[in-house]
Amino acid sequence: MTDMKKPVLNDMLLLFIFSAVILLMPFWLEPFGAAYPDLLQKFAIYGIFAIGFNILLGLTGYLSFGHAAFLGVGSYAAVWSFKLLTMNVLPAVLFGVLFAGALAAIIGFLSLRRSGIYFSILTLAFAQMSYNLAYSVLTPITNGETGLQLDRSDPRILDRMFSEGEPAAGLPSTDLFGVTMSGYPGFYFCAVILIVCFFISIRIFRSPFGLMLKGIKSNQNRMQYTGLNTRPYMQTAFIISGMFAGLAGSLLAVTDPLAGAERMQWTASGEVVLMTILGGVGTLIGPILGAALIKYFENIFSSFNDTVLEQAFSFLPESVLDVVVPLMGLFVGSGWQLTLGLLFMVVVIFLPGGLVEGFNRIFKFIRSGKKRKGLVEPTQDQASE
Amino acid sequence: MDAIFIQILNGLDKGAAYALIALGLTLVFGTLGIVNFAHGALFMLGAFCAVTFQKLVTISDRVRDEGVTAFVAYKETPYLEIWFGDTGATIIDYSVPLSILFAIPIMLLIGFVMERGLIKHFYKRSHAEQILVTFGLAIVIQELIKAYFGANPIPQPAPEILAGSANVGSWFGLGNNLVYPWWRLIYLTFSGVTIFSVFAFLKFTTYGMVVRAGMRDRETVGLLGIDIERRFTIVFAIAAMVAGVAGVMYTPILPPDYHMGMDFLVLSFVVVVVGGMGSLGGAVCAGFLLGIVQSFASMNEVKEIFPGIDQIILYLVAVIVLLVLPRGLMGRTGVMDD
Repeated sequence: MTDMKKPVLNDMLLLFIFSAVILLMPFWLEPFGAAYPDLLQKFAIYGIFAIGFNILLGLTGYLSFGHAAFLGVGSYAAVWSFKLLTMNVLPAVLFGVLFAGALAAIIGFLSLRRSGIYFSILTLAFAQMSYNLAYSVLTPITNGETGLQLDRSDPRILDRMFSEGEPAAGLPSTDLFGVTMSGYPGFYFCAVILIVCFFISIRIFRSPFGLMLKGIKSNQNRMQYTGLNTRPYMQTAFIISGMFAGLAGSLLAVTDPLAGAERMQWTASGEVVLMTILGGVGTLIGPILGAALIKYFENIFSSFNDTVLEQAFSFLPESVLDVVVPLMGLFVGSGWQLTLGLLFMVVVIFLPGGLVEGFNRIFKFIRSGKKRKGLVEPTQDQASE
Repeated sequence: MDAIFIQILNGLDKGAAYALIALGLTLVFGTLGIVNFAHGALFMLGAFCAVTFQKLVTISDRVRDEGVTAFVAYKETPYLEIWFGDTGATIIDYSVPLSILFAIPIMLLIGFVMERGLIKHFYKRSHAEQILVTFGLAIVIQELIKAYFGANPIPQPAPEILAGSANVGSWFGLGNNLVYPWWRLIYLTFSGVTIFSVFAFLKFTTYGMVVRAGMRDRETVGLLGIDIERRFTIVFAIAAMVAGVAGVMYTPILPPDYHMGMDFLVLSFVVVVVGGMGSLGGAVCAGFLLGIVQSFASMNEVKEIFPGIDQIILYLVAVIVLLVLPRGLMGRTGVMDD
């Protein structure tokens, strides 16, 4: 972690490289078979979700198991904005962020009274409540199991005001002042927001506020002994993190205007935890890496099937093929989560700092090999109990 | 009056399942200090022990069906029936209770392997990391089960003699409206016996006494020359077994599928936390309590006043308990205070 030492890269340079990598994704991901807009949008959106989650977990060490609730609320708010006001995406994103922030303020106010596993259970309980309510009582707002969808008879007040004549047949699509938000324009919209979020996250990590949060993570009691009231800081971090999740949720609705309750289920909260841990908690780039990796697995691995495998391993003799293909088939296709679970376990067991720590180790190994200096730095980056 | 009794009974059987899982969870937490997110997966593995056992006893052969004379017909007859006749048929009928015998050694073994192979490396890591690695393990177990048994629930019938309902009301002279499925009564009794035996094991045996001492202060027990780690391994295996047999016996109530473990896990964690982390009595009480509260909340009369209350009541209770009583109902001080 880059706690006290100088960061390896200048922040501005990091941001520049990051923006270049993100914006050029359609080109350099081509050989990996991932360069299609739907997947790229998911990379960007879940990147935002994970960045936001990392602001809470990485800086304060509070493990929330209920972040999916904010994602869901963001989606619902965005779809309602499409239904009631306009198909323009800006109000939708704004409402998504605001509503998620408001919900985060309430949940955070109550949950932050406890720490450790009690905090996790409280956030989990609130998220499950939202999920169950969205399925049952709140059906007029959430449309229950079917999910909230656009309809031709929606009022769309602002759109009706500014356009004359009957709108075209079929469902309208989301747009940004005339540019339809599907395919590559949608991806670039999400990518720009991701870059902005990344910038905000850098600023938070480097700010006195961020340092204060890190202080709370390493020893909350000691922070309180110095006369500091830690609650407002925690509350702010929780709300910011919830707003990022709401933003991600509203972007999900922007790229595909429907919202379902399953986005709020606790498995979805678990997913963002997985992303953040897999990439590296408390690092700037880690969560985005983790999010992209998991979404890549989900989309690419799950599309493999036995025929694809047979082609890939066709160089093997028949008898070996008969063993290898079913064995590999266990890990791809519908079993991709098995690969994910295994990968995740390996990371938690051997690389508690996530993939970023892995890269750092390799980097250090190469450097120390060059200098022939056996300086081993202890990897005590997890906060003490 | 009858309605209230029925709700209590309904709550008890769900509560029994919560209590059994929460008991194992909190036992593991109290002794090993491990937050085990894979405990629900152990419950699910137990249920699939029953499925496997039933598959084993019903391995069938195609036999000429003598009943059909118009053409040559075949029917599938299990080998057990061919070899042992009616005895075999009875074994198949009783496959769920019998599979407990099958599940106990398997679950003990799974628990042992899990503790030695993975959990013991996580004693010194943070709770967050324990949660994460066991969560990963739960996903792996779940996916393996899905790959082998498929994604659909597999119904497990209770023995035929227990298929109906008991007229509980007439036993207490409360009229004939109070009926309750036999199997749920069996489940209730079974969970009572299991909980009692676990408590008796901890309270009345020397082994249990040492384990309890270890829960309080493992260093001192270790200094007295007792290999506390080995005892804890056994405790983990026992917790796995309790979850497993709870899963076996639950199969006639809920056909097992691969994600039943996860469904129960979340609620069991709520139960454990409401009871107080590390408190065995608290876990059992909270399990039954939440089961009953849930079944009352799903009464139509209650739902009319608070719509949707049945969906959120457990979480609501958990939130209130945690905010009012930070350590749960019966939690000890100094456990998980951070």
